[in-house]
Amino acid sequence: MTDPLPAPHRPAYLDHAATTPMVPEAVAVLTEMLGRTGNPSSLHASGRAARRVVEESRELIAERLGARPSEVVFTSGGTEANNLAIKGLFWSRHAQDPARRRLLFSAIEHHALLDPVLWLGKEQGADVVTTAVDRDGIVRLDDLRRTIESDPGSIAAITTMWANNEMGSVQPVDEVVAMARPHGIPVHSDAVQAAGHLPLDFAASGLEAMTVTAHKLGGPIGVGALLAVRELELMPLLHGGGQERDVRSGTLGAPLIASFAAAVDVSVRRREAEATRLEQLRARLVEGLVELVPEAIVNGPADPALRLPHVAHVTFPGCDADAMLMLFDARGIEVSTGSACTAGVPQPSHVLLAMGYDEESASSSLRFSLGHTSAADDVDRVLAALPEVHARASAARAVRAR
Amino acid sequence: MRLIAAMSGGVDSAVAAARAVEAGHEVTGVHLALSRNPKSYRSGARGCCSIEDSNDARRAADTIGIPFYVWDMSEEFADTVVDDFIAEYEAGRTPNPCLRCNEKIKFAAVLDRALVLGFDGVVTGHYAQVRENAAGLVEMHRAVDMAKDQSYVLGVLTQDQLRRSHFPLGGSTKPDVRREAEARGLQVATKPDSHDICFVADGDNAGWLAEKIGPRPGTVVDEAGTVLREHDGAYAYTIGQRRGLRLGVPADDGKPRFVLDIEPVSGTVTVGPREHLLVDALDGIKPLWCTGAPTGPLDCTVQLRAHGAEHRAQVRVDDGRVHVELLDPAEGIAPGQACVVYDGTRVVGSATISGTRRRVESPA
Repeated sequence: MTDPLPAPHRPAYLDHAATTPMVPEAVAVLTEMLGRTGNPSSLHASGRAARRVVEESRELIAERLGARPSEVVFTSGGTEANNLAIKGLFWSRHAQDPARRRLLFSAIEHHALLDPVLWLGKEQGADVVTTAVDRDGIVRLDDLRRTIESDPGSIAAITTMWANNEMGSVQPVDEVVAMARPHGIPVHSDAVQAAGHLPLDFAASGLEAMTVTAHKLGGPIGVGALLAVRELELMPLLHGGGQERDVRSGTLGAPLIASFAAAVDVSVRRREAEATRLEQLRARLVEGLVELVPEAIVNGPADPALRLPHVAHVTFPGCDADAMLMLFDARGIEVSTGSACTAGVPQPSHVLLAMGYDEESASSSLRFSLGHTSAADDVDRVLAALPEVHARASAARAVRAR
Repeated sequence: MRLIAAMSGGVDSAVAAARAVEAGHEVTGVHLALSRNPKSYRSGARGCCSIEDSNDARRAADTIGIPFYVWDMSEEFADTVVDDFIAEYEAGRTPNPCLRCNEKIKFAAVLDRALVLGFDGVVTGHYAQVRENAAGLVEMHRAVDMAKDQSYVLGVLTQDQLRRSHFPLGGSTKPDVRREAEARGLQVATKPDSHDICFVADGDNAGWLAEKIGPRPGTVVDEAGTVLREHDGAYAYTIGQRRGLRLGVPADDGKPRFVLDIEPVSGTVTVGPREHLLVDALDGIKPLWCTGAPTGPLDCTVQLRAHGAEHRAQVRVDDGRVHVELLDPAEGIAPGQACVVYDGTRVVGSATISGTRRRVESPA
């Protein structure tokens, strides 16, 4: 096989939506903190020092995300925060009033939210109701309004992600909140993909709860937070020491939390400039892809105001996306098919299916996602490799169809 | 060369991949996902479809230091192996799904995909040997370890497929392979071998088929046509089967009875004495010749089932049909099984058995 591109040592990493490298500031804080001891719940000097780090971190995160410090509940990450939000809300709201059985969620939620919702439906008596999305992957407010108004008293909670992880489509969270508010229905939003990329102001959003995680914005894997208004009653998932408002137990990981705060700080302060830079890189990528493969289709909203600046989801008709991923990987270029895996077997994405795509296009699509380490060179490497990768992966689809 | 190593998660394919790397090839490990709904944990049957096997393959690739991917071949597998397995049993034949998988998946769908993606061939952990002869053709020979020899289930490979196939374990014995896996630090060194059909849980062939095909009532008769019992599906029977017939009354002569014949349309299963199982001639269809068809009558040996005995035979090819006269009669041979033809250790080719002729013709 002729290889026009000897794989360089450093991969061209275009999978920042899966996880983005830690920013140097977060690495510095983490490594410095790992050398210290002290349980933030201990009463002696070491404990107090650790607690101080946690509380300063909480204050910084709250400030950068428009929340009050007391609204920040640290968790092990986005999955736990989503589970806490949706299960905690359903259990407490349903306990207060058994008529509240319905859980409304968008059809494009991440599995970390989708699966707990479906579990509540299957095991806990919730009546789970999907809200449809349009062809761009944006929640259909008319559909949501109908569902809410059919019987608002029966709704335990509504959850709508802030921005979709596969498509980058930004959801009308303000409108969802406005629809729910007159009925006193709490709204949660999974903002894992939005944080650090879109301006987020928890107080201004009117949300009751919002999920963020560190590793999507330059912090370490293994820490996240649920921002939850004080009045919100959440039944805990984890019982124990009651460290976080009695809503979440478990010894607080001061190093992870401090590093998380450093990453939030950096990503929010640099957000605007970075968004502009990434939007330009994305344009270079997308224009190049379409020039080389004219039949390629860029999915999701065309309007930059309705999508994340760093995500490009592209369908290459008649092309095998799994093969493209592997061929790119062999050339040191790392991208994603954007779909969940079972035993490494890609399953057709529920997001694309909800948007009206068929399995065939779902299996012909790749997600390219940029981030703080991305440079023009990364994009150029994708474009240089694309012709051969595309030709071979198209042939791979053709032999399968035989 | 650039090779795809098909890694099942077992010890053989892991050592094969490691040896290919050591031989200087650029190897990429691939685990084939053959089931749409892989089971999280292994059930009784040791198969190729569990998440645990996929993880074992991944860990082996890590240890060897090669890239690793899972290729979803579940659709192809369902269409060409599983559906065929069901259809063959429905038609009263006895298929070999492993052979079919080699023919249609591992050395066809996987190899074709590998070639278009820029690879030169496929390496597997099968125990068989390939080598080029003086005429420049690639021959396949039995493995050195006769107890593990898998040339039978590879007897369907064509010259083009053999040319792209690498079997690094053909010259080794299984104990040596296990020792080598241990020495290489492969976690699967002590993992048990798989035996059952990978997509049939717990080796319960009849139960699995009953679930897929549903009830097809019929009768079990003796060679005189006397009905001995009723059954729910002839597919639960295999020619040569003795156990589990549950005939209630013993034969007149008190000797054990065996399944002699299965007639799928009426669902009639005929039983009789062991000596009526003996056949001394076979007809075969769909022949495949590794290095070309025999030009005249060929004195050779044939193997009629996986790990079965060799029978001396003479093979003639006539207009795409294969006629096999057995010098050593064989017992319990069912249509659908493969007849693999050997010249010494060399695989000449194979055919699917379409009919048998009995030394002692049954009166039925």
